[in-house]
Amino acid sequence: MELNGAQIVVQSLIDEGVEYIFGYPGGAVLHLYDAIFQQEELKHILVRHEQGATHAADGYARATGKPGVVLVTSGPGATNAITGIATAYLDSIPLVVISGQVSLPVIGSDAFQEVDMVGITRPCVKHNFLVKDVTKLAETIKKAFYVATSGRPGPVVIDIPKDITAPHIKVPYSYPDSVSIRSYNPIVTGHKGQIKKAVELLLSAKKPIIYSGGGVVLGEASEQLIEFTRTLGYPITNTLMGLGSYPATDKQNVGMLGMHGTYEANMAMHESDVIIAIGARFDDRVTGKLDLFCPNAKIIHIDIDPASISKTVRVAIPIVGDVKPVLEQMLELIKASTIKIDADALAQWWKQISEWQAINCLEFDRSSPLIKPQYVIEQLHEVTQGNAYVTSDVGQHQMWAAQYYKFNKPRRWINSGGLGTMGFGLPAAIGVKLAFPDEDVACVTGEASIQMCIQELSTALQYKTPIKILNLNNRYMGMVRQWQEFSYESRYSHSYMDTIPEFVKLAEAYGHVGIRIDKPEEVRPTLEAAFAMKDRTVFIDIMTDRTENVYPMIEAGKGHHDMKLRVAIGTSTDRELA
Amino acid sequence: MMRHIISILMENESGALSRVAGLFSARGYNIESLTVAPTEDPSLSRMTLVTRGNDEIIEQITKQLNKLIDVVKLIDLADSFHIERELLMIKVKTTPEMRDEIRSMADIFRGKIIDVTPTTYIIEMTGPSEKLDAFIAAIDPESIIEAVRSGPTGISRGELGLHL
Repeated sequence: MELNGAQIVVQSLIDEGVEYIFGYPGGAVLHLYDAIFQQEELKHILVRHEQGATHAADGYARATGKPGVVLVTSGPGATNAITGIATAYLDSIPLVVISGQVSLPVIGSDAFQEVDMVGITRPCVKHNFLVKDVTKLAETIKKAFYVATSGRPGPVVIDIPKDITAPHIKVPYSYPDSVSIRSYNPIVTGHKGQIKKAVELLLSAKKPIIYSGGGVVLGEASEQLIEFTRTLGYPITNTLMGLGSYPATDKQNVGMLGMHGTYEANMAMHESDVIIAIGARFDDRVTGKLDLFCPNAKIIHIDIDPASISKTVRVAIPIVGDVKPVLEQMLELIKASTIKIDADALAQWWKQISEWQAINCLEFDRSSPLIKPQYVIEQLHEVTQGNAYVTSDVGQHQMWAAQYYKFNKPRRWINSGGLGTMGFGLPAAIGVKLAFPDEDVACVTGEASIQMCIQELSTALQYKTPIKILNLNNRYMGMVRQWQEFSYESRYSHSYMDTIPEFVKLAEAYGHVGIRIDKPEEVRPTLEAAFAMKDRTVFIDIMTDRTENVYPMIEAGKGHHDMKLRVAIGTSTDRELA
Repeated sequence: MMRHIISILMENESGALSRVAGLFSARGYNIESLTVAPTEDPSLSRMTLVTRGNDEIIEQITKQLNKLIDVVKLIDLADSFHIERELLMIKVKTTPEMRDEIRSMADIFRGKIIDVTPTTYIIEMTGPSEKLDAFIAAIDPESIIEAVRSGPTGISRGELGLHL
């Protein structure tokens, strides 16, 4: 079969099994768009801004486990995609981003809409390619998917000059079944000796804790993690990225850890004698001040990326490998082991943890006449029976969604954890809804974040992706305001917007349903009504208590054992702000 | 801050060098010197990179380098017996009465005079970097017109080697 470059790109994506491509046309990709026009298998989703394309593809990837695919033009199309590429990079999400480039003869001449995409993306991709030969196109695409999805996943950029896709140059096409790269061989199974040592240490622990992260989600190892945790009977804490990989409502789960984690999770980390970190990377939002981190613990660390091990925290037993086979290897040894877990010590440990839990660190004022954001998330959980896909933007609402929506399944919680990208939630929700049209998809956002990619409301209408947007509107950039309250003597420098759009009218202008509520008793019925509107995107503008802060909190420079707790229920609403 | 000499075998592709250089600047590691050239297999390049850091930093550097898709293999030569050589070419001003002295100085350091004009010599010298430092320190700084150094390259001793 002879195809031109543009047809090769489209056919390769079809042969790779790609369902959706998220993109925006422009000069350098016109040949590609012409090839897309002339077929029906590959569905193109036209976004309103290239950042939206990358986030939508990212949301699709996080929800399905399949790589997200993006198509943008050269120059500004390419640079607009950078934020989304970096977002995926920091959270190890597989994306394949195809960018148009000016024709080969004019590369380097500052041609119209020319930017060095390979150079500009180098620090925020797993790998990138510039295709200089149309006969290498199919193989390069195969390599891009292989690199993006294997080992520690990540985004891969393929930069394609316009003349490579020219309609009149046809070459023989065949899409490779597989590809190997001699310089790239991800490690899968763990080292047996290390695993044996790890099991011995784990079984002889007196105050153990399992600390699991996004690697369990990415590695599809939720089932193994559950069996591993239940077999041991140890407490488990999930990172922000790991939520859902172990059921939040299970009694062994002590909640999220880190800056806005639960008191019990952070105290258990601090007091533990053995920690097993599974697909987690000791991020600074998790560890707090490194010098104070888990002073008595011996640490076992399982990670597919050797560079994640001993990067910030030295560990006693590193295990490089894919979490799923490693957990299976460990379980086998645990079941066969002659070492008995010290039941008395473990009972004592659980007793200690239950004392920390009794502090009830996530309690909030339920009698307030104002809508408490935490209450909204609790109600969202109830109305959707904990089964919704929840995307979020970044800030206070993100932390409340993480704390109060008890995720019981992996891939249901879709947020930008590493880069912390405002504007992520709405396009990500569109990507999720395309993947799962029959599931409830909620976007929990705030009035500041939502405005960063609000144009995608138009995309949601065009492709009939009925999502529910919960806009926790506190008339502040809440997390910025909270830090200014705690650390800058309440000087609210530019964390307040004098003009906020009327979101109901805005939603209606985009062809959706808009609802505004400001009383707690309206929350439940409004959510029920919104989720009952199966075929409409509903924008719920929820006027929340603007003084509310995210608690508990590890402030900058403090350790896990030194959390700031809510002072007393009811006091926060008395404060005068702004 | 120990000195390490890292030898890297990588795909001879455009952009491979900038991936390495970019990694060092992005992660705040220092590069003292860097040399690169294709190997006897033209699809591969060999890079020698001198850096400084404590054990943790060097461990991260080698892991991050290994993570680059274009990097095939690498070794830290400082971990084992190895030989290092650096090339120096130095151009010095000469007066008739100084010429003999400079020539015997070059002889002592096993250097070669590879270019002569009525007023200058160019001396070529290879050796460990410290030897080149010593030579430069031994001649009159006023007489040096320019000096160019390649940065060290290195190779491990014995049967071990960095190859596919």
